[in-house]
Amino acid sequence: MDVLSNLALGFGVALTLKNLTYCFVGVFLGTLIGVLPGIGPLVTIAMLLPITFGLDPVSSLIMLAGIFYGAQYGGSTTAILVNMPGEVSSAVTAIDGYQMARQGRAGPALATAAIASFVAGIISTLLVAFFGPLVGKWALEFGAAEYFSLMLMGLVFSAVLAHGDLVKSLAMVVVGLMLGIVGTDVTSGLPRFSFGVVELLDGVGFTVVAVGLFAVAEIVQNLARTEKVEVFTKDVKNLMPTWADIKAITMPTLRGTALGSFFGALPGITASVAAFSAYMLEKKLAKDPSRFGKGAIEGVAAPEAANNAAAQTHFIPTLTLGIPASAVMALMLGALTMQGIQPGPQVMTSRPELFWGLVASMFVGNVLLLLLNLPLVGLWARLTQVPYRWLFPAILMFAAVGNFSLNNSAMDVYLCAAVGVLGYVFAKLDCQPAPLILGYVLGPMLEENLRRALLMSEGSFAVFVTRPISLAFLLVTALILLAMIVPTLRRGRERALEEGDAG
Amino acid sequence: MKTRLLDNRDFLAGLLFITIGAVGFGVALSYPFGNVQQMGPGFFPRILGAILVGFGVVTLVRGLRSGEPVQGGWGWFPLAVITASLVAFGWLMEHVGLVPSLVVLIVSSAYAGREFRWGEVAVLAVAMTLLALSIFVWGLGMPYELFAFEFGR
Repeated sequence: MDVLSNLALGFGVALTLKNLTYCFVGVFLGTLIGVLPGIGPLVTIAMLLPITFGLDPVSSLIMLAGIFYGAQYGGSTTAILVNMPGEVSSAVTAIDGYQMARQGRAGPALATAAIASFVAGIISTLLVAFFGPLVGKWALEFGAAEYFSLMLMGLVFSAVLAHGDLVKSLAMVVVGLMLGIVGTDVTSGLPRFSFGVVELLDGVGFTVVAVGLFAVAEIVQNLARTEKVEVFTKDVKNLMPTWADIKAITMPTLRGTALGSFFGALPGITASVAAFSAYMLEKKLAKDPSRFGKGAIEGVAAPEAANNAAAQTHFIPTLTLGIPASAVMALMLGALTMQGIQPGPQVMTSRPELFWGLVASMFVGNVLLLLLNLPLVGLWARLTQVPYRWLFPAILMFAAVGNFSLNNSAMDVYLCAAVGVLGYVFAKLDCQPAPLILGYVLGPMLEENLRRALLMSEGSFAVFVTRPISLAFLLVTALILLAMIVPTLRRGRERALEEGDAG
Repeated sequence: MKTRLLDNRDFLAGLLFITIGAVGFGVALSYPFGNVQQMGPGFFPRILGAILVGFGVVTLVRGLRSGEPVQGGWGWFPLAVITASLVAFGWLMEHVGLVPSLVVLIVSSAYAGREFRWGEVAVLAVAMTLLALSIFVWGLGMPYELFAFEFGR
């Protein structure tokens, strides 16, 4: 069995003491920071990115992945206890999880989240191990035209599924693409949009954009807000769910895993969509749908499973195609690029230890997450009470020192502040940052593939529609856009997203 | 429903997109365009600039129609304080070393919050400075002077 021998190779990498340690540190730090109120996976990863750059590529990817699912789980804890989800995807968990906490069932709610995440994590990682190589093999046949169309599809998906107005999200993609242009043009050697600033010749640094957009802008948004929240931490006692609880969550967890794994593998579809669909499905299937929103345990299990499954299968398009499926994956991809690895299907054949090491570490990480969370849940619960006025200076410290350390230059800190201002203004104008970061990461590749495709076709745009795979990607893109423009569907989408936000 | 243009969310967003697109297009005019077969460095940015202006116009017109206002007030004060603390940190790092820069960053950024208590902020500044030193200097071995006095550069 090919997959088995590859997995063996992967476990050989992931189970070395060094990588095991980084995986543990990642999961621990991710949970620790993710559980702090108002700090989601994006902020956590963005602020810890510079710390991982000193490691070798495999270790740094393993640690980042650990930070990611740690932060994801930590975010669910905060969603349940404080009703203050750090990310949209855990907003769905907050709907029923917070109600369970209010009814004194915070313990079982947290345990349900942990168990559902664990089951979903293991199943979906198996899917990554089996389907990743297939997608990778298929993608080896891709030429420049296919890549261009695929990236276009991913970018349009990310805009369509972003919360908020479609035109503005598409515009944000374009802003991201333009931001990605800054720097020296690879083909001609001409500096573009550098305005005579030496530091800009290499482009706007990836961490600069990530930290500015997701840490600095986010802090200002939180500080400008004035709301009080109730915290339910004293109630976290009997953690273990009853036998009836376990029975109640088994099927929802599996259904959530299936939905999440499927959605996660499609580029551009975020975990929040998966979580929300899983929630809606359970509500439809339930004998008494009115329990939902009032502390239904299935309403915690299904979205948690979907969320986590999607988070793992996101790695399929990210690692095999080099197309990030979400903003978090864009951060992962950016980190890989900074390590000097060009993501794409060739990674799996040229650096098998990277792909399989990561896959194996996801099994390890999910086990660690469960081991870490069941006993430590009391500590995490207490951490949700840390006031934000202590947290944001700490985040800023990581943001500032981290960015300075990239090139030992103050310019990166100034740029980060500027991106932060821009990010805040965009956020106030209801323009989503996720499409921007995807555009920024994919921009250079999009231009390069467009250039190559047109060079080989001698300037004929027909190449994008005469090659069947490329045509298929473009047709799907066009269909999605058409579906969004048809007004009836559009109204339905707005209503669906509003319901999703209501948590 | 009449909203002042300066409060009109989509009008402002459209304006911002048009500005970014137009500036990008304008600057890219000085880069060689090439042709479709041999894309020059000006090809992609000019197309993107034009598309962005287009999206901007659509957004702006829709803003004029809907008159949707900006949700919640603008947090100019925290925005200014946070930005200033970051800029101050960057500048100080190149002149006085890591420790004073960190203290200034923590204390000044804490001022952006709603509550500011000197005792708490002092503890926070010491703790964060020690954390930064242990992670970045002692842990990752970054070569920063903890204290310096270099204004001659």
